[in-house]
Amino acid sequence: MLEDEVFWRVLENNAWYAIGTIPVSIALALLMAVWVNRRMPLRAFVRMSYFTPTVLPMIAVANIWLFFYTPEIGLIDQIAAGFGIGSHNWLGNPDTVLGCIIVLTIWKEAGFFMIFYLAALQSLPPELEEAARLEGASRWHFFRRVTFPLLMPTTLFVLINAVINSFKLVDQLFILTKGGPDNASALLLYYIYEVAFSFFDQAYASTLTVVLLAALAIIAIGQFVILDKRIHYR
Amino acid sequence: MKRGGPQALAEGVENAAALLLAILWLAPLLYAFWAAFHPPEYSIRFDLLAPLTLENFREAWEQAPFARYFLNTFLLVTSILAAQFVLCTLAAYAFARFEFPGREVAFALVLMQLMIMPEVLIVENYRTMSHLGLVDTILGIGLPYMASAFGIFLLRQTFKTVPKELDDAARVEGCSPMQVLWKVYVPLARPTYIAYGLVSISYHWNNFLWPLVITNSVTTRPLTVGLAIFGAPESGVDWSIISAATLLAVAPLLLAFLLFQRQFVQSFMYAGIK
Repeated sequence: MLEDEVFWRVLENNAWYAIGTIPVSIALALLMAVWVNRRMPLRAFVRMSYFTPTVLPMIAVANIWLFFYTPEIGLIDQIAAGFGIGSHNWLGNPDTVLGCIIVLTIWKEAGFFMIFYLAALQSLPPELEEAARLEGASRWHFFRRVTFPLLMPTTLFVLINAVINSFKLVDQLFILTKGGPDNASALLLYYIYEVAFSFFDQAYASTLTVVLLAALAIIAIGQFVILDKRIHYR
Repeated sequence: MKRGGPQALAEGVENAAALLLAILWLAPLLYAFWAAFHPPEYSIRFDLLAPLTLENFREAWEQAPFARYFLNTFLLVTSILAAQFVLCTLAAYAFARFEFPGREVAFALVLMQLMIMPEVLIVENYRTMSHLGLVDTILGIGLPYMASAFGIFLLRQTFKTVPKELDDAARVEGCSPMQVLWKVYVPLARPTYIAYGLVSISYHWNNFLWPLVITNSVTTRPLTVGLAIFGAPESGVDWSIISAATLLAVAPLLLAFLLFQRQFVQSFMYAGIK
């Protein structure tokens, strides 16, 4: 395994996938939750739009996104052509393919994480905000000093989910790239699938599974340590 | 409260940004609707006067056995849900209200399973299923999910909140432990069942990787796998028809979501927070 170049490539991809999806989707989720937690016109519609990708199958939405990314006739290239920008083979280029996958994943999971932030925001006592307003604190200041720290348990919960997702969400690869080009978008779980069911090397696939389990175990241990240390209230 | 000019402006900008993001988030789905309901030549030309058509749906329906896929998914989702309700209820009841040797260890094992999703174990589960002779059966797709750690955990938490007095009162009335479960615990846990049920249904309606691995024929494939095969580039199917097929596959769930939005959102929230 250690001499398998593809394995290291896949591990590196998975790291980038995690780095790309986790912070952005969490930040977006928080932003969405703060937005729909205020009074605003069309609030129900906005909340529904954010959440809709969550209930749709990844396979189905990947079909739709595939068309966005298709070179020349795809929607992105059509729009780009309108601005005089030439066509790109978004999914065929090793430099952009992982980015495309990341964007789709963020779109898919941000609304799901929003739900947890929304629940947490609604459980915060409204007196806090009133007090801050009387003190003349700006909204941003209030958010940074009061809301955000109070949301810490939620952030951790969402973070753990996001990390697990970064190992688990590989369905889109089957539609969009099949791990290509040249393994530039293959992720660990996808590689396990490939080794076991395309190359029929069950033994090696089992070894790879152990690596994945070890990664998840480390996350689980990390979760307990952090939860013990950081979350003193509740 | 009086609102200053700059503050109202800031609020307006925020509202506009929120709305813009909402439209952006909905755009892929709206686009799929556009492509599915218009003739192929309009799939990238946005013309309000473009003729509407159902032809794409008809073609999709004819080109692949979607009726069979629907039936498979329906059977899969209901059998998993039924088994989960029975198994998780019994297990959760035992963990919540009975003292037995090894309870802590057994529960720790259940919690461990929360971290290890069946997806990760596709290779091992496949081996188990082939030993059991369940490869390419609907039961084989569902089996790894039926004793759901998440369901056990969720129901145990709920059962623990049931006042012990109610339990005792029922026993004084002469109820057996199973009757207590059925008459006291299950009715009180109704919101948990609804929340868990919705999460389970949408999860298994959408699940792909494991069904892909374990099935290899039309009579067992669920919708997601059928759709993936249908939409594969080598199948050479037209873009509008793929959009129509995609919408067909998501329609029941999407419709249920739009109708019971609040219930869905609350269920996901509830299931996640417990």
